[in-house]
Parts: sequence; structure tokens; C-alpha cells
Amino acid sequence: MTLDNLTTHQGLRLSGIHICLGDRVLVALNARVLRGQTLTVMGPSGSGKSTLLAYLGGFLDPAFEATGRVFVDGVDLIALKAEKRRAGILFQDPLLFPHLSVADNIAIAIPETVRGRRQRRALADAALEEAGLAEYGDRDPDTLSGGQKARVALQRVLMSQPRLLLLDEPFSKLDAGLREQTRQLVFDQARRAGLPVVLVTHDEEDAHAAGGQVHEVGPA
Amino acid sequence: MTGDMRLARLAPPLTLAILLGPLFFGLAGTALPAFGYLPELGGEKFTTQHFSALAAVPGILRSSVLSILIGLVTTLVSLGTVAAFVASDLGTAGFARVRRMISPLLSVPHAAAAFGLAFMIAPSGMIMRLISPWATGLDRPPDLLIVNDPMALSMMAGLIVKEIPFLFLVTLSALPQTRHMETMRLGRSLGYGRIASFTYLLWPPLYRQIRLAVFAVVAYASSVVDVALILGPHLPPTLPVRLITWMNDPDLSIRFLASAGAVAQLGVTLTALLGWVGLERLGALLVCNSRSAGRRLRRDTVLRHGARAVMIASAAVVFGGIAMLAVWSVSGLWQFPDALPSSFSLRSWTQALPRMSGPLQTTLAVAGLSTLIALVLTILCLEREYETGRGRGGGALLLIYLPLIVPQISFMFGLQVLSIWLGVDASFSALVLAHLVFVLPYVFLSLSDPWRAHDRRHDLIAAGLGMSRTRTLVRIRLPMLTRAILTAAAVGFSVSVGQYLPTVLIGAGRLTTVTTEAVALAAGGNRRAIGVYAFMQTLLPFFAFSVATGLPGLLFRNRRGLRV
Repeated sequence: MTLDNLTTHQGLRLSGIHICLGDRVLVALNARVLRGQTLTVMGPSGSGKSTLLAYLGGFLDPAFEATGRVFVDGVDLIALKAEKRRAGILFQDPLLFPHLSVADNIAIAIPETVRGRRQRRALADAALEEAGLAEYGDRDPDTLSGGQKARVALQRVLMSQPRLLLLDEPFSKLDAGLREQTRQLVFDQARRAGLPVVLVTHDEEDAHAAGGQVHEVGPA
Repeated sequence: MTGDMRLARLAPPLTLAILLGPLFFGLAGTALPAFGYLPELGGEKFTTQHFSALAAVPGILRSSVLSILIGLVTTLVSLGTVAAFVASDLGTAGFARVRRMISPLLSVPHAAAAFGLAFMIAPSGMIMRLISPWATGLDRPPDLLIVNDPMALSMMAGLIVKEIPFLFLVTLSALPQTRHMETMRLGRSLGYGRIASFTYLLWPPLYRQIRLAVFAVVAYASSVVDVALILGPHLPPTLPVRLITWMNDPDLSIRFLASAGAVAQLGVTLTALLGWVGLERLGALLVCNSRSAGRRLRRDTVLRHGARAVMIASAAVVFGGIAMLAVWSVSGLWQFPDALPSSFSLRSWTQALPRMSGPLQTTLAVAGLSTLIALVLTILCLEREYETGRGRGGGALLLIYLPLIVPQISFMFGLQVLSIWLGVDASFSALVLAHLVFVLPYVFLSLSDPWRAHDRRHDLIAAGLGMSRTRTLVRIRLPMLTRAILTAAAVGFSVSVGQYLPTVLIGAGRLTTVTTEAVALAAGGNRRAIGVYAFMQTLLPFFAFSVATGLPGLLFRNRRGLRV
């Protein structure tokens, strides 16, 4: 494989994406997102911009009709079932699993191929330490602050070794100071992991911080 | 302002008294004779000899073990099916279809469903007719013991098809309190199959919410009488059936043995519950191990199809069974292996109706009155809870569930003894009270969620307009919650219609309902008469639910905000 070939396959390629509800076209998009780069999809609420993430993640409601092709590093994403796509998602809420400890919330994302309880726990602890939460492994996730929860959710999604990262307005519920900080952390980590990112938001500042291409989706 | 809601202050203690009073006095009325004390029958001093006599009854151990196993297996299969189905299909279009199909099944009385099942699977039942003679070569019913089999398989099947809709609806009502959509998506985006995502991530918090309902299923299945009389084994029957035989024995001295047996039934149900807690532990361990190894379990197709098939089959069996009841009730000559009767006639109905009118009136009156009382008490309790903010904790919930978890037969028998002693046996009011013990919890459980979900700002606006609390309740809240109230009423009504044991024991054979008449026909095997009574038993709750869904649409036909 030549170097040239490698670069054309790398990252996320969206070609001829059309998502419709009845006669209404919600999203029409062609884009190329290289590793570590972010595509921001902007639009007011109700514009259907989140359907793009549902489509990429494999959760599109059958009421919508979608056409187009999606490749990540040369892999045809749409041909795979949701659980095989490795499309990491961050929602508005951190959505930590309330019945699992903080460490287990991260450990559950570790691929099956990593065997042995001790080794899995060690990986989870390392991730917690990286997030500055080394002492929090055995805590109830409900006792964490908003910022801490967001960091655990980020470590969790990174731990699952995703092919790409889907962000569904993940900063909109944080208060201003925390938002800035978390935003920086997420984009830094995505860049470091070399993940193509698709961000859906209605906040101009998110788009600005992401620094990549911006695609506007019209109002309803 | 609070002055005119003084009535509401009395409601919580009154409700507790109605729920726990019969439980307490009933258990006492069972325990005293069990230990030999019942002066009316010459029992003057305490003794354990009745327990020794019980232990010496042939086959008693087998009866007891069978009851425990029925409780555990029934619950395991129905809960497993429901959980696997929800895991597999939640959020799909098929899920909504199955939901619409399963929900009405909740209103079908256990006895009617059991008769329907018997009419389907019996050697001369519908299934055998449909495959005979072309597939089986039979032109006479085969000599097989399918219904009343000694392993109680048909009885468990009859319970499972009725517990599936119950557990399904309980699970559905707990789902909105979890972030189920996002959780399932998150799980699958981490690479987990649907069943794994559900089991690891959604089920633990969900199960915690429905646990008491599951306990109620374990307790019910281990102590049920009517389904056992229709489908259960004969030699020996399950423990509750033996108890009811002793309780009805003309030889009154057998009452001591029956009481000892009713206490033993407490132990049997308790053992089943402990066994269930053991299964919970085991399940939690398995899930935890699998989860911490990160097993993705992506190849879950077989399990998903299986769960879906059992769900649909259970609905088909109940619907098919009811259709069988209807056809038998109007059938003329119907020989094996014909799939349809050779003639139809209304003779069974015209013969049965004159005799049915008494029981029918009792059924309607008891169901109507107990539901009405339950509704009023529930609304006042919820209103009081709204005022004080107390009473919605886990402890309150346990008290509401208690009459559904303690085996009916263990305290109803004591109540019968007590009612005879007080001279109120076979009185209408005692029967209403006995039904109320079971109607009230279901009405409360059905109404409390929508009541609590009501937007309180409407009340604040009403108060701002100078309305008193009573006026707000009557003019604002009750009309807005009409649909929920009518649904709760329909639930209460069908619970009352379905009650067998309290009616038999407190009615003492003099007050009978459609249900007791139907179950009494089980031994006779007259399918046309059974068809008439069991179909009637199904119709009553069906009408109640039709009113509950139809009336609000009629009342509020010009109010879009109150449509579903």
C-alpha cells in the first residue's frame, strides 16, 4: 500500500448523505474529515441535525430515510450493525451508569480482547489517573461533580477504541467556565487519539473552538 | 384552606387499616387454630399436634415442593421472556405492535385464561383438532394426560401466559424513569449486543424498581388456587388446592389441619421467595462476571427470536383460548376431530343465564363497590401525600404490596374463621371488604404514577384564582386525570372480578360470583357451560376497559390537549 493510498483512505468520508423525513430534506452533506479534525454541523433545535449522528451511529429511526456512503479509514460504516461500528458517542448528559462504580463505568468500555479482571481494572485506573480522578475509582458516579462526570464519560468513550467520535451537543448543559474547559479537553484528546469528530451543536462558540469545517443545517 | 380537606387526613390511616387489618387478623385467625386454639370447635389449649398431623398426610411434601417450584419456574420464565423481549425490541416498530397486543391481556381473569389454555391443549382441544387426522392419523382424542399433568407443566404454562403481560406492563411503566434510549445506544456504540447492553446497563436499575411486583408473582404462583384447580395436577394436587379441600370439608375438625396447612403455605411461599432471592444473587453474579470481562455477546439473534416468539405465542394462546371459550359456549354438536362445531346454538346461554343472574349481580355489585371505595381512598391518600410530601418512600410501597406478597390463602382462611365468629360470614359487606384488600393495591399502583406526574402549576394557578383545595381537586385535577382515574377503576374492577379465593371463603358458598361459578365447573368438564361462564368472566373486565378508553375520548372530544 502506498503512502498516497493510505492518506486518501484515512479519516471519515461522507459522500452524498441525504436524510429525509417525508419530503423534507433534513441533512444533505458531502464532507471529508481527517483524523484529529472536526466537522461541526450547526443548526437550531428541531432542524434534524441530530439525525446525522443517529445515522452515523446506526440508530436512525425507521421513519427517516437516508442515503449516502460513509467510510472511516476505508471501512464502510453503514454496512455494519450499530454494535460493530465503533462509533463513540458523547451525549448532552454524561450518562454514567448509576449502578456501576466510577472505575467500572470506564472498564465496561474496554474491548473484550483485554482479558483478566486485574488487567481491565488497571487500564480503567490508568484512564482515571489521566483524567485527574485517580482516587475516585470506587466512588458512586452520582457523587461526582458535573465536570468530573464529563471527564469520566470522555475517558469511557476513548477507552472503547472508537473509529470516530460523535458529539451530540455535549457541552450545552455545562455552565460557562466548565464548558470552556471541557470543550478544550475533548478536542485535545480527540486530536491526540487521531479521531475524526462530528460535532452537532447550536452554539457558535463550539464551532469556533472545534476549528474545523462548519456545515449549516437550515431551520425547520 | 386546609380545613376543607380534613377528610384527606383520615385517608392514609384508613387505607393502611384496610390493607393491613385483614392481613394481621387473618394471619392470627389462621395461626391460632393451627396451634390448636379454637374454642368453638373444642380447641382449648395450644398444641403442635396439628402440624404433626399435617406432616403425616401422604404426599404433603411433594405438594409443597411442587408449589415452590411452580412459583420459581413461572416467575423465571415469564420475567426472562419479558426482559429478553424488551432488550431485543425496545424502540422498534414491532415493540409498539406487541405492546398494543399484550396490554389487553392484563384484564383477562386468570381462570378464563386457564380454561382457554385447557381448551387449546387438551387431547381433544383445538390444537389436536387442527392437526388431526391429517397429521396425526387420529380420529379419536389420544389418551394423554396433557391438562392436569403431574409435573404441573400445563399449570405453569397457564400462569406464564398471564404473568407475562403483568410483568411486561410493570416493566414498561418503570422504563420512563431510566434513560433507556440513550443507554441502549451507548451500550451498542461500545460494541455490546442488544441483550448485553440491556442486561449490563439498563436491567439493574430497572429491576430494582419492579422487584416487589416480581415478588408478588412468585408469591401468587406458589399459592394460587383457581388456576391449579383448572390446570394443576391431581395426585397429589399443589398445596393450596389441598388446603381449600380441607377448608371446605364438612367435618369441622379438619379445620385445624387446614389452619396448620395455611401456616405451612406461608412457609412454602417464603421458601419460594428466598429461593428467588437466591436466583437473584446467582443472576447478579453471572451478569457481573460477564460484564467485567467485557463480553459483548453480539450473537444474540437466537435469544431475541426466541423471546419474541414466546411473547407472541403467549398472546396468541390467550386470545385463541378466549375464542375457544366463545365458540364452545355457542356450539351444538362438535365431534373430534372437527375444527368447528357442526351446528351452533344459543342453548347453553339460555340455560345458563337464569342461573347466572344472581352471581352476575353479586360480581358487579362487589366489583363496583370495592373499586369505588378503593378509588376514593387512593385519591384522598394521593391528595394527602401531595399536601404533606410524605408517603412515597419504599416503605409505603412495601405496605401496599404486602397483601399481594403474603399468600391469600394463609390469611383469607383466618378471616373466614373470624367472620364466622363475628357472624358476618357470607355477608355482602364482608365480601366487599375482602375484595378491597386486593383491589386497593392495584388501584393505588395504577393511579399513583399519573397523579404524581400531574403538572402542579395548574393547582398553583387555581389557588391564585382563589379556588379552595377541594374545589381545585374537583374542578381541575379530577377532570384532567379522568383517563388515569377510569383506567385505575377498570384495573380495580377486573381485579375484583377475577378474585376466586376470597369469594369462596368469605362468600362461604352463599354469595357466589361468575368466577367462583366458572371454577366450580372445572371438575365437571361440561365445556359448553364452562365456555359460557368463563367467556362472561372475560367480558366484564373487557367492558370496563372499553369504557375507560372510550369515555374520555367522548367527554373531551373537543379538547386536543387531553387526547392520548
